[in-house]
Formats: sequence, C-alpha cells, structure tokens
Amino acid sequence: MTVLTRVRMSAKLENLGTFIGSLSNCARTQGFEQEKIGRMELAAEEALVNVFRYAYPGAPGDVEMICKLEENRFTIEIMDSGIPFDVTAMPDPKVAGGVHEREPGGLGIFFIKKVIDEVQYRRENDRNILTLIIQKD
Amino acid sequence: MQIDATKEGNAIVMSLKGRLDAAASSEFETKLSDWISKGDSNFLLNFTDLEYISSAGLRSILATSKKLKERNGKIFLAGLRGPVEEVFKISGFMSIFKVFATAEAALKEI
Repeated sequence: MTVLTRVRMSAKLENLGTFIGSLSNCARTQGFEQEKIGRMELAAEEALVNVFRYAYPGAPGDVEMICKLEENRFTIEIMDSGIPFDVTAMPDPKVAGGVHEREPGGLGIFFIKKVIDEVQYRRENDRNILTLIIQKD
Repeated sequence: MQIDATKEGNAIVMSLKGRLDAAASSEFETKLSDWISKGDSNFLLNFTDLEYISSAGLRSILATSKKLKERNGKIFLAGLRGPVEEVFKISGFMSIFKVFATAEAALKEI
C-alpha cells in the first residue's frame, strides 16, 4: 500500500478546489484516463460536500483525503470527525418522474455509488471513513 | 466557471464554460434568479463548453425549473456531452428536460 497524496483542510466549500485538484493530479500521475478521473472527481466532490454541509453542524471541523495505490486498486479515503454518517446505508433516490415529483436530495450519494467500483464505510476512532475504490486496469 | 448570457428571441441563452461544481452552483443559480426577477422565464442552457457538473449543479437547475413552473417558463438544454451527459443520464434528468443536440437546433423550436 502506497500513500500517494494526503490533504487535510477545514471542512469548507472554499477548499473543494484544492481537494479535487490534488486528487486529479494524483490520478493523472498514475496514468488514469480523463474519463475515469472525471468520475473520481465527481464521487470525491459529492462525498466532500456532504461532509462540508452536514458533518459539523454549527462548529468547525477538518476533513482529510488520502489517495492510495494497492496493487491494481486506486483508493480515495475521505475522513472526518463529525457526526456518524454511513453513505452506503442511504437509500437510492427516485430518478424517474417529472420536475414536480423530483426532489433535489440524495443524488450526490447516488452518483458516488454509480461511478465508483466499490464504496466502503467504517466508523473508527470517532471518525467517519469513506473509502472509494477504483480498479486500475 | 464562466457564464455568458444573451437574449435570443424570447429565451435567455446561457452558455457555461468550465466546471459547474458545488462551489460554482450558487453563482449560477443567482444569475438565473436575476433574469427571472427581470421577467424572463425561458432559458436555454448551452453546455457545449461545460466540462463537468455535479449534483449541486443539477440541484440549481431543478430548483430554477420549479420556480419557472409557476410562471409557465421552461429550461431547455443543449450541447450535453461526455461526463456532463453521463451525469444527466444517471440522474434521470434527461427525461425531465427537453434536450437538444445544439443551441442552434434548440433556438429553432423555442
């Protein structure tokens, strides 16, 4: 297991660009094509923005992102010390129906599950650890 | 992200360039709201130069669309490609909006 990059910053929307920029540089260095990098960026953004919005209600907090490579698996770990939240336990949103029937919530998590090969969640030492695994072929 | 808006007939054509992520979506939604408060209610979103969109961008489009329903207004989309098209397909948004291949094709029908 090799740690490729590690970013830790306060859980604020203004830091989104730094996290995503760091992730895409790292994935590009590993030889991933743009299509896969775009999917990683999407999943990481959705996970990070959830942390920014909901992990620390009314208080500041940090979020850490680590990219690792383990054999043929590129792994993005997103960690926070906020309220416990298991992304993998969320039900899928309704993705059919007209404008009136559609609710804006839940799409981000749905995107994570759709574009990432394997999504894992664990709560460890009072931290949420979300692991996004992308097969490198 | 860069947003250019022009009025073509009875529609506002908004061309987006770059990335419509969570950090850019509030500016985008504000621009749409500004046009709506001026009385405009038909929008053509031209995504030809849009490289990336996340759920925050979709949320802005959906919220604006709901607001426009009350005014009999509409959002039309054009130029979806690559990752942007993929996101629209996954979310089921392709079926709630009228999607055109190009802005030119859209303007003929709006």
